[in-house]
Amino acid sequence: MQSFAKRCSSIGLALATVTSTSVFAEWQLDMTPGVTEVSQQVFDMHRTMLWWCVAIGVVVFGAMFYSMIMHRKSKGHEASQFHESTSVEIAWTVLPFVILILMAIPATKVLIAMSDTDDSALTVKITGSQWKWHYEYLDWEGQGGLDLDYYSILSTPSEEIIRPVLASGLFPKNTAKDSYREDGIYPERDELYKRDVDKPLIIPTGRKVRFLITSDDVIHSWWVPDFAIKKDAIPGFINELWTLVPEGKEGIYRGQCAELCGKDHAFMPVVVEARSVEDFEKWMVDAREAQKAEALAAANSLDKTFSKEELMAEGEKHYVARCSACHQANGQGLPPTFPALAGSKVALGAVADHIDIVNNGKNAMPAFGSMLSPKEIAAIVTYERNAWGNTPSDGIDVVQPRDVAK
Amino acid sequence: MGEHHGPMKGIKRWLYATNHKDIGAMYLWFSFIMFLTGGALAMIIRAELMYPGLQLVDPNFFNQMTTTHGLIMVFGAVMPGFVGLANLMVPMMIGAPDMALPRLNNWSFWILPFAFSLLIIAIIQSFLGISDAPNFGWTFYAPLSTKYGPASTDFFIFSVHMMGISSIMGAVNVIVTIFNLRAPGMTLMKMPLFVWTWLITAFLLIAVMPVLAGAVTMMLTDRHFGTSFFDAAGGGDPVLFQHVFWFFGHPEVYIMILPAFGIVSAIIPTFARKPLFGYASMVYATASIAFLSFVVWAHHMFTVGLPLAGNLFYMYMTMLIAVPTGVKVFNWVATMWKGSMTFEVPMLFAIAFVILFTIGGFSGLMLAITPVDQQYHDTYFVVAHFHYVLVSGAVFSIIAGVYYWLPKWTGRMYNIGLAKLHFWCSLIFVNLLFFPMHFVGLAGMPRRYSDYSLQFADFNWWISIGGFGFGVSQLILLWILIDICFRKKGEAVSDQVWEGAEGLEWTLPSPAPYHSFTTPPVVK
Repeated sequence: MQSFAKRCSSIGLALATVTSTSVFAEWQLDMTPGVTEVSQQVFDMHRTMLWWCVAIGVVVFGAMFYSMIMHRKSKGHEASQFHESTSVEIAWTVLPFVILILMAIPATKVLIAMSDTDDSALTVKITGSQWKWHYEYLDWEGQGGLDLDYYSILSTPSEEIIRPVLASGLFPKNTAKDSYREDGIYPERDELYKRDVDKPLIIPTGRKVRFLITSDDVIHSWWVPDFAIKKDAIPGFINELWTLVPEGKEGIYRGQCAELCGKDHAFMPVVVEARSVEDFEKWMVDAREAQKAEALAAANSLDKTFSKEELMAEGEKHYVARCSACHQANGQGLPPTFPALAGSKVALGAVADHIDIVNNGKNAMPAFGSMLSPKEIAAIVTYERNAWGNTPSDGIDVVQPRDVAK
Repeated sequence: MGEHHGPMKGIKRWLYATNHKDIGAMYLWFSFIMFLTGGALAMIIRAELMYPGLQLVDPNFFNQMTTTHGLIMVFGAVMPGFVGLANLMVPMMIGAPDMALPRLNNWSFWILPFAFSLLIIAIIQSFLGISDAPNFGWTFYAPLSTKYGPASTDFFIFSVHMMGISSIMGAVNVIVTIFNLRAPGMTLMKMPLFVWTWLITAFLLIAVMPVLAGAVTMMLTDRHFGTSFFDAAGGGDPVLFQHVFWFFGHPEVYIMILPAFGIVSAIIPTFARKPLFGYASMVYATASIAFLSFVVWAHHMFTVGLPLAGNLFYMYMTMLIAVPTGVKVFNWVATMWKGSMTFEVPMLFAIAFVILFTIGGFSGLMLAITPVDQQYHDTYFVVAHFHYVLVSGAVFSIIAGVYYWLPKWTGRMYNIGLAKLHFWCSLIFVNLLFFPMHFVGLAGMPRRYSDYSLQFADFNWWISIGGFGFGVSQLILLWILIDICFRKKGEAVSDQVWEGAEGLEWTLPSPAPYHSFTTPPVVK
């Protein structure tokens, strides 16, 4: 409650500056006009609709309040007894109909334009996956076979998203409440809290980009408000949409998953970086090189033997990034859906079963075999078998990449 | 009163209840208890969302809260609330002694507590950390609910089946009663509008509840018997689920609002002391809305990748609904126009209904425009929209109806001062709760988020304050009802109760006799 007065005063300030939304981002009131032609059209249509509604509202509510004020019994107003008028009723049936037609015409035009995915320069396949996005570059200017893909995951550290304690009161200690200051700044949270990823989707400006959208598991929805595009990612189906970021609008555009996709639905941001065509092509060359080098290193790692310390250090890093959202940094999990790994049957049992479950997934757990290299999985498994006081029952506490690839 | 004409004694009166007023009262109390339960879950949601970051519940539990809140409010609070009013008022309004099928009526009520026990047991188990409650939203989209649902999904499926059975039996009863037990001379076009809206609602229920039953049955076989209705890997289609669900779900949202139109159409003429404007067009508008409700379901699916022709068709049809709905609002305004208005508590709620429901209608119209909807879709703008039509629409109308007819049921007037306090608190907080949701939605906050980024923080704080305020305000209503129903407080009222009230129910004594009309009145 200490911030109540502060908030009350900030309302006045905010109302005075509602138009400068870039300054007072916290008080953005309206949809973003975005950066593309389509998003501008969508925004204009939204505004038009809003003003129609306001206008109709003023007339209807005006009439209501007029009669509420003027035609009250306490003022001695006698009730007249009319109860129908065919001409009035026809008028207020036909008039809205005409307004609707006026609205439907531009809406139809924009909708037709939005569904035209022809003549695109770049095709990217987007796969939603609990709870990350997988981007695959399929085609750039007819080249095909780009062989470039990567996962994009939330980069906000999990310590920042403070975990709750249901049993210990409304605002337990060490929660977001403590990091919430009166001036509305969250010292432990950066501005991009929950909205940043490790690897954004890179697209060129000035060229039409086509997206193919699907999903690995449940339905997700890929949304970038600045482009006015949102489409569901549905397992077994491929949806299409497109955008064209104009030249000169290079920059980073943020969105989020918009369809309830399970526990970490709120932690699945979309980040798109638009670059000039030259920068984009340069990035693509570098990214493909880097990806090849990575694949080579992964292949080479199969022959190598790593020390336990090396694997533990790398394992912890990947565990925190990939596993701790469900199994928690302390390995305690969130039973019953997300079992504890500390002292668990899997982490302490036969190593082959442990590797299998990380590789192939089970129930809500995704198959990491397709996302991570054998070395990364070996490191995670090694970490899980040794962390939190775990001691495997089969005595195998170090797992090498070649064990995973088998 | 002879032995056969009075209520049974003690608990038997309620367990074996066949009397429309007893069953109606039980429905209304059940609805109110569910409203408070669902509201308590909403308080947890708002407490979590008061500040950014996770502080109170984990995201999985948060999803269980949103799911159960939605299910309880839709099937436990709003629908039984309207059914309770139908049970109480339809026989009195058409001059009948009781509902046509009283034993069926007993069943249709008593199924409900058991159906909801299943949902509530799942939530209690979750509170105790034994197992998860359903956590896939009240729309339970496949494959999140089929492939990834917790074990309690089976509880949920069974529960939905039972609710459906209850609703269909209730609907059959309403239809049979209206068609068979009308007083001599009461032609269909002389029926009060509440009876009309319920007749149409009952047909909607019979048409769509089996569709919902089909959807959950397919879920059940997908989960346990190896079918793949909703699994693309087995040749099924996750989008099929949404088509089936919304073919039920869209008429369902009209099931939750049409009776409200009837209630408001009874209250406004009473306190404007003027006949309802455009009775016939009100009936036709209601029927058109009901008809259109069957051809607009895909407007919930504008982002699933429907073909262009599909998106266009559903956009046009959805926009069309604005026409009959507009007619209704204009008619209410015209009823008030040049009236002699007074502002008793039912009228306050009815006027708030008209204004706030219209605001919800405006956002609905905006949502109908497909290209723009793709931006609104699954954001708090949608949450704001459907809470305006369901809370300040359906719930306000039920409350208005209760305040309007409560003196007829009990024979006494409730505490008017407290009731006005209840109205003003509800009005202020409901807007503080739901209006800023438009802003966070437009600014880009998706719905069903357990945590949000910092730019949404300030509005969410206000929304939570509105939520707690609205929740606490309803305890005033609880007290008013306890006061009049159990503590038997309040001054005796006349048969007429309200100066301008018209209709057969006001010709009965207050409180209304156990068997409402023992001899049918003649309607001229």
